[in-house]
Amino acid sequence: MEQFLQVLLSGLATGSIYALAAIGFTLVWQAAQTVNFAQGEFVMLPAFFVLIAMNSGLPLPLALIVALAVSVFVLGFLFKKAIVEPMQKHGNGGGLSLIIATMALAIFLKESVKEFYGAEAQPYPPLISGGTWNIGGAIVSVTDIAHLAISLGVVVGLTLFLNRTRTGRAMQATAQNPAVAEILGVDTNRMVLYTFLINAALASLASFLITPVYLAKFSNGEYLGLIAFIAAIVGGFNQIRGALAGGLLIGVLDNITATYITAEYRAAIPLVLLIGIILFRPQGLLGTSEGRTV
Amino acid sequence: MMKRRTVLGLTASALMLGVAFAPAQAADTMKIGMVVELSGGGAPAGTNFRDGALLAAKEINASGGVMGQQLEISEYDTGTDPQTSRALVQKAIDEGAYNIWGTVYSSSTIVNMMVAQQAGVPQITGSEAPNITAQGNPYIFRTSYGAQKGIPALTAYFKDTLGAKKVAVAWVNNEFGKGGHDVFVGEMKKAGIDVVADIPSEAGAADFAADVARIKDSGADAVFVYLHEEESARFLREASKQAVQAKLVGEVTLTGQKVIDLAGDAANGAVAHVGLTADAPLETFKTFKAAFEKEYNRAPDHNALKGYIGAYITKYGTEKAGAVDQEKFANTMHGLCLKAAEYPGILMDTCWDDSGEMSRPSFMIEVKDGKQVVGETVPAN
Repeated sequence: MEQFLQVLLSGLATGSIYALAAIGFTLVWQAAQTVNFAQGEFVMLPAFFVLIAMNSGLPLPLALIVALAVSVFVLGFLFKKAIVEPMQKHGNGGGLSLIIATMALAIFLKESVKEFYGAEAQPYPPLISGGTWNIGGAIVSVTDIAHLAISLGVVVGLTLFLNRTRTGRAMQATAQNPAVAEILGVDTNRMVLYTFLINAALASLASFLITPVYLAKFSNGEYLGLIAFIAAIVGGFNQIRGALAGGLLIGVLDNITATYITAEYRAAIPLVLLIGIILFRPQGLLGTSEGRTV
Repeated sequence: MMKRRTVLGLTASALMLGVAFAPAQAADTMKIGMVVELSGGGAPAGTNFRDGALLAAKEINASGGVMGQQLEISEYDTGTDPQTSRALVQKAIDEGAYNIWGTVYSSSTIVNMMVAQQAGVPQITGSEAPNITAQGNPYIFRTSYGAQKGIPALTAYFKDTLGAKKVAVAWVNNEFGKGGHDVFVGEMKKAGIDVVADIPSEAGAADFAADVARIKDSGADAVFVYLHEEESARFLREASKQAVQAKLVGEVTLTGQKVIDLAGDAANGAVAHVGLTADAPLETFKTFKAAFEKEYNRAPDHNALKGYIGAYITKYGTEKAGAVDQEKFANTMHGLCLKAAEYPGILMDTCWDDSGEMSRPSFMIEVKDGKQVVGETVPAN
């Protein structure tokens, strides 16, 4: 029982970080009706901004703030202005060509980091370090609990922002029906931009939390992007709570599988889950069905 | 028709000129195919191996080369992919490599060594899986002995020094890890120590939370960690995070400089038996370390030492053979013993047997305050 609790908490902690990246998929989907296949690299890159800032002599807290600002500008503002908007102007809201552009962006970011920072993993300082707690006989890591608390706190904050503030509701209106939102006086362009900035901030946070575990490496985005994508589909691609549930579920299942069933085939579990969802509940666990005009 | 004849004539002349000039060019340079892991999960190992080898090649060339020939090294990045490594060994041979240096990852070497063997090209590898030298390949030579020779040196440490009754083993599920795992489990059985947790993980694994939780739950007195560098660092960080009390013991990689750099404070207290360490208390190692740090502005790890020794194996083996001849080189290496006093590039007195396996003294290392601290020297076996 003690081991189960420990494994469960550890899985929830990792899963909550996956959820941050997965929520990014749902936000971009709702704002731009596209899938950002560079989302994994969006999580990989901010850690390197932190390392660059630290190598310039900044202490970790300041380096995190600088990296967050740079990430929000590059992965939020520039991504929208330099890639999404130009592609969307060429008809059909970007469509397949925009999705392919995000794939190309993923390769560009990965190879750029490899070129400038090398192929080897880099040391990365833990955001939170320190000790263990005894909870019901289970020795659990304070770092895991802190990761879980931070991630869930951010998701709750985001949900409150979207539901309880004027700007948040305007963003939701833009996501649901941009034409009507515009008639009602909502600056839809600005709302979409906010969505991209929030996605970049969430990806940065995921990066700051997961990189001490993964170590800073150019290829981190490959696995993280895939897991976040699966988490978003499993939970429901059009719901933030769905992405959260998907991320947590995958984190927990991964840990439980590796502990009690098989360590060798743990990587297959998310894919099996994905197949099951596609077959039996294609809208995802908490997602809603969407109609599209063909 | 005239035009066609002219073209054919010119082509034939060019080919003849090429043939005429080829030996002259070959006499000046000795081509080496350095097939190593410069990207992917094996990049820390491959990059260090390459840098060590390039340092040695620079020294060799500065001192007149090998039998008057300058080393000309071509690098081939396997991406830590065995099939790619196989194709690149073939490419290096097609481009005239006299020796192949690499690969470091055993899962690549076991696949690509047959290509070099079929072409009769000596291959100097950094791999340590036991089966590398058990294939009857007369062209493979190690730069560090196999796990079947290294891991038994740890048995006494587990049994006598730690007094362990129950151990856990965390290992990477590939050629390298499986070889070491099998040797370790056999050794523990002989020593009467129970293996209470046997946990494989995939190469490149990032999250060791479940693995460490299982080890904690097993009640093991000590843990044998047999993973690659990056995975070792992640494992150490997770073990530190979950406050694992059992002693963490490894063979070679666990206390490597790269692992210490990546794991930070979490590496403190880890112990490993290593065939090579830049901090060995020997003059040859000190000289190497100083030269490496001057060249690359960073500390070398054991793979850098392997690469360095590998380059000197090419030099000394060829000079002992008395000719730039691949078959003579291979025959000379079998049963060859080199003394470091006479052949300093080899760093320690070393012998190779008929399978290309080597023997030489080794060391016990413990990480203290982020530094490798060399303990006892283990005699050659």
